[in-house]
Amino acid sequence: MNNVLNYIWLVPLLPLVGFLINGLGRNFLSKTLVSIIGCGVLLISFAVSVYIFMSVKSGNHEVVKLFDFISAGTLSIPFEFQVDALSSLFLLIITGVGFLIHLYSTAYMHEESNAHFARYFAYLNLFIFSMLLLVLGGNYVIMFIGWEGVGLCSYLLIGYWFKNTDYNNAARKAFIMNRIGDLGFLLAVFWMIQQFGSTSFGEVFSKANGISVAVLTGITLLLFVGATGKSAQIPLYTWLPDAMAGPTPVSALIHAATMVTAGIYMIARSNVLYTLAPVSQSVVAIVGLATAILAATIAIKQNDIKKVLAYSTVSQLGYMFLGLGVGAYTGAVFHVMTHAFFKALLFLGAGSVIHAMHHEQDIRNMGGLKKKLPVTHLTFLLGCIAIAGIPPFSGFFSKDEILAAAYEASPVYWIIGVAGAMMTAFYMFRLYASTFLGTFRGTEKQEHHLHESPAAMTIPLIVLAVLAVMGGLVGIPKVFAENAHSLEHFLSPIFAQSEELVKKEHALDHTKEIGLMAASVILALIAIVYAVNRFSKKPELQEAEGLGKVLANKWYVDELYDAIIGKPLKAISTFFNNVIEKSGIDGFVNGIGVGVQYASRQLRLLQSGQVGSYILLMVLGTIILMIVQLFVS
Amino acid sequence: MEGLMPINYYIFLALALFCIGVVGVLTRRNAIIIFMCIELMLNAVNLLLVAFSKMHHLNVLQTNPATNVGTDAQLFVFFIMVVSAAEVSVGLAIIVMMYRNTHSIDINFLNRLKH
Amino acid sequence: MNVTEILFWILSALAIASALLVVLSKNPVHSVLWLIVVFFAISGHYILLNAQFLFIVNLIVYAGAIMVLFLFVIMLMNLNTDTEPQKNKWLKVAGVVAGGCLMLVFVAALKSSDTQQVQMGEGNIGLIQNLGKALFNEYVLPFEISSVLFLSAMVGAVVIGKKGD
Repeated sequence: MNNVLNYIWLVPLLPLVGFLINGLGRNFLSKTLVSIIGCGVLLISFAVSVYIFMSVKSGNHEVVKLFDFISAGTLSIPFEFQVDALSSLFLLIITGVGFLIHLYSTAYMHEESNAHFARYFAYLNLFIFSMLLLVLGGNYVIMFIGWEGVGLCSYLLIGYWFKNTDYNNAARKAFIMNRIGDLGFLLAVFWMIQQFGSTSFGEVFSKANGISVAVLTGITLLLFVGATGKSAQIPLYTWLPDAMAGPTPVSALIHAATMVTAGIYMIARSNVLYTLAPVSQSVVAIVGLATAILAATIAIKQNDIKKVLAYSTVSQLGYMFLGLGVGAYTGAVFHVMTHAFFKALLFLGAGSVIHAMHHEQDIRNMGGLKKKLPVTHLTFLLGCIAIAGIPPFSGFFSKDEILAAAYEASPVYWIIGVAGAMMTAFYMFRLYASTFLGTFRGTEKQEHHLHESPAAMTIPLIVLAVLAVMGGLVGIPKVFAENAHSLEHFLSPIFAQSEELVKKEHALDHTKEIGLMAASVILALIAIVYAVNRFSKKPELQEAEGLGKVLANKWYVDELYDAIIGKPLKAISTFFNNVIEKSGIDGFVNGIGVGVQYASRQLRLLQSGQVGSYILLMVLGTIILMIVQLFVS
Repeated sequence: MEGLMPINYYIFLALALFCIGVVGVLTRRNAIIIFMCIELMLNAVNLLLVAFSKMHHLNVLQTNPATNVGTDAQLFVFFIMVVSAAEVSVGLAIIVMMYRNTHSIDINFLNRLKH
Repeated sequence: MNVTEILFWILSALAIASALLVVLSKNPVHSVLWLIVVFFAISGHYILLNAQFLFIVNLIVYAGAIMVLFLFVIMLMNLNTDTEPQKNKWLKVAGVVAGGCLMLVFVAALKSSDTQQVQMGEGNIGLIQNLGKALFNEYVLPFEISSVLFLSAMVGAVVIGKKGD
C-alpha cells in the first residue's frame, strides 16, 4: 500500500489538467464536454484521495518530495507534499464536496454561453488545484503558493460576471483583504526561515521547542494575520459577505470546501507553534469568539438569502478559531468537516431557490416555497438543523466539542459561545421560515415559473444532506460512548506533540458536560421555535430601526473602515497625485525634457554655417586645451 | 654680425606674429585676407623653427665641433614652404571659384553651402 | 648693444608693425603689400640666423611667387576697393579677445622658462652646401614626393579654376 502515497501528485495534477483543457479550449469545447472534463477530473481526484485516505488510515504517512523548488545557500525549499491524517482528511473534503459543487454547477450555470461556461469550470478546477496545493504542501512556501492561488481564484470567480461593476468591486475587495493577510503570512515565513533555517513542517516543529516564546508569539501572530484574511476573521472579514457577488456554487465552494478553511488548516497544521505561544492562542480564541458573535448579530438582520449564509459562515469560522485557540484542534478540524457538509448544502439549497426564483435573492419576496421545491426544502431544513446544533445532526457534535473545550479554558468563552450558537439557530430558522413557510410574496411571473431544480442540482443536495446528518457520527464524544471518537483517533498523530506539551487532565466530568450540552441544545431549540413562530406567519417586511438598523447595516464596519483607512488613504493619494506627482515628479521629469529641448535649441544656433564663428570656437577650444595642458596638469 | 641672442626673444616675436595672424583670421571677412593671415602664421612658425634649430646647433656644438645637427629643422622649413605654396595655389583657385559663384569673397556667404 | 641686436630689434619691430597693418588695412592690396614687408623682415631674420638658403627661398617663393599670385587674384577680381562689408562688431571684439587670450596663455606659459642662447651670424648648417647634401641624401624621397604634391596641386588648381560646366 505504501506506493499509493507516491501517486499523491495525481490529486492536484488532475484539476490542473482540467483547468488547462477547459481554459485553453473554451472556444471549441461543448458544454457537455466541459462538464464531463470539469467534473471527471475531480471525480478521479476524489477516488485517488479516498485511496490515499485508506492508506493513511492504515498507518502510512510520508513526506513526498517531488523536486527542489528553491535552493539558495544553506536554505533549501523542496517541492514536497505532506501526506498524513490532516491533509488526507482535507483532501477528502475538498475533492468530495468540490465534486458535488461541480456537478451542481453544470445545471446551475447552464444559461451561460459556451466560452463563459468553460471559463467558469476552468476557474473552479484551478481553485480546487490551488486548495489542494495549499493542503498538501509539505512546507510553508508550497502552502503559500496554494494560499495565493486560492486568493487569485476567488478574485476571478467573485468577479465572474465581470460586466457588473459592483461584482468587480467585490472581487477587488476580496483580493485586497486577502493580500493584507498574505503579507502577514509572508512575513511569518521569512521570520521562520531566519529562525529555523527551513520551512518544512517536520523540521520547524521539531525545532520549535528551542526558540524563545516571544519569537514564536510573533511568528504565530503573523500567521494568524494571514489566517484572518483567508478565513474571514475580524478585522479582515468584510470581503466574505461581499463575495456573494459570484455565482452561488462559487460561494458554496469558497465557504464550504476551500478558501476559508485554509486559515483553519494552517493553524491546525502549526498547532505545535501555537501551543508553545499561549498569548497567540488567546488572541486566536478571542478574535474567533468576537467574530462569531459579531457575524451572528449581523446575520440576524440580513434580508439577502446569501448574505445570511455568508455571515453564518463568518460566525462558524469564528467558532473554529475559538476551538483552535483553546487547544481543541480536533474539534476545529471536525467542525471544518461538518461545516463543509452543511454549509455547502445550505448554499446549494439557496442556489436552488435562487435558480427557481429567477435570480431573486431577497427573502422578503419569498415564502411558501415548501410545496414547490420539496427536495430543496427538505435538504435545506436538514442543513438548518445541522448548523443549529440539534443532536444527532453533525453540527451538534462538532460545535459541542469546541464549546466543551472552551468551557475548560474559561466559562466566559462558553457563555458567549452558547449565545452565539443560539443566535445561529435563530437566524437560520428565520431564514428557513421566511423562505419556505408562510405565503408566497413574489410576483406572479415568479410564482408561475417556480419549479424544482434538475437532478444534477438535487442529487448533490441529497448527498450533502445525508452527510450533514450523518457526518457527526465520526466524532461521538466520550460521554456517550468510549472510543467512539474515531476522528480524534485518526488525527491524534498530528496533534500528539501539542498534547504532550500541554498534558491537560480531562477535568470536565461527564455529568457537567452533559449538562452543558443540554443547556446549549435547549437554548437553540427555544430560538428555533421562536424564530419559526415569529417569521412563518408575518415576516418582517419593513425596514429595521434602532439597533436592528445598526445590525442590518453590519455595525457600519464597512463605513468605519472607509472612514479610518479608505478616506485618509484616498486623501493622501490625492495629495500625492496633485502635489508630489504633478508638480514634483512630473515637474522634474518635464523640466529635464524642457531644459534639454531649450538647450538644444540654443546649441543648434552654434551650427550656423558661419565660418567665422567656427574658427572663433576652434580658437577658444585651442585656448582651453592649452590652459589645461600647460597649467592645470 | 656675431654674437648670441636669448631664444625667448624669438619665441615672443613668433608668438606676436602668430597671434596677429589669429586675430586677423577671426576679425576679417575677406577670404583672401584670411588666407594671407594664415600665411603669416605659417611664417611665424617657420621663423621659430629656424631659431630653435640654431639654438640646438649651438648646444651640440659645445661638445662636438664637427656637428651639423639642426639641418633637419631647416629642411622642414623648406618643406613647409613647399606645402604652403601648393596650398596657396589650390586655395586661391577655390577662392576664384567661390567668387565666380557668389560674386563675393565674403566667407560669411559660405554659409549658403548648407542650403 | 652690437649690430646684430640692433638689426634684430629693427627687423622685429618692422615685422610686427607690418603684420598689424596687414590685418588693419581696409584695402586688400595694401594688405598684400604689407605682408610682403613682413616676409622681407622675416627673411632678414633668416640672414641674421645665417640661414642663407631659407632666406633666398623665402624671398623667391613667398615674397615673390606667392604674393604675386595673391596680388594677381585681387587685381583680377577687382577687389582693390574697400568693398568688404562690416563684420558684426561683437564678433570682432570676440575675435580680438580670443587672439589676445591665446597670446596671454602662451606668454604666461613661457615667460618663466629658462633661457637658452641662439647662435647668431655664424655656423654653417644654413648654407646651401649642407642643406643640399642632406636634402639629396636623407630627404630625397620626401623631396620627390613633394614634386608629386605640386603636380597634384597644379592639376587641382586647374580643375577648380576651370569655368564650370
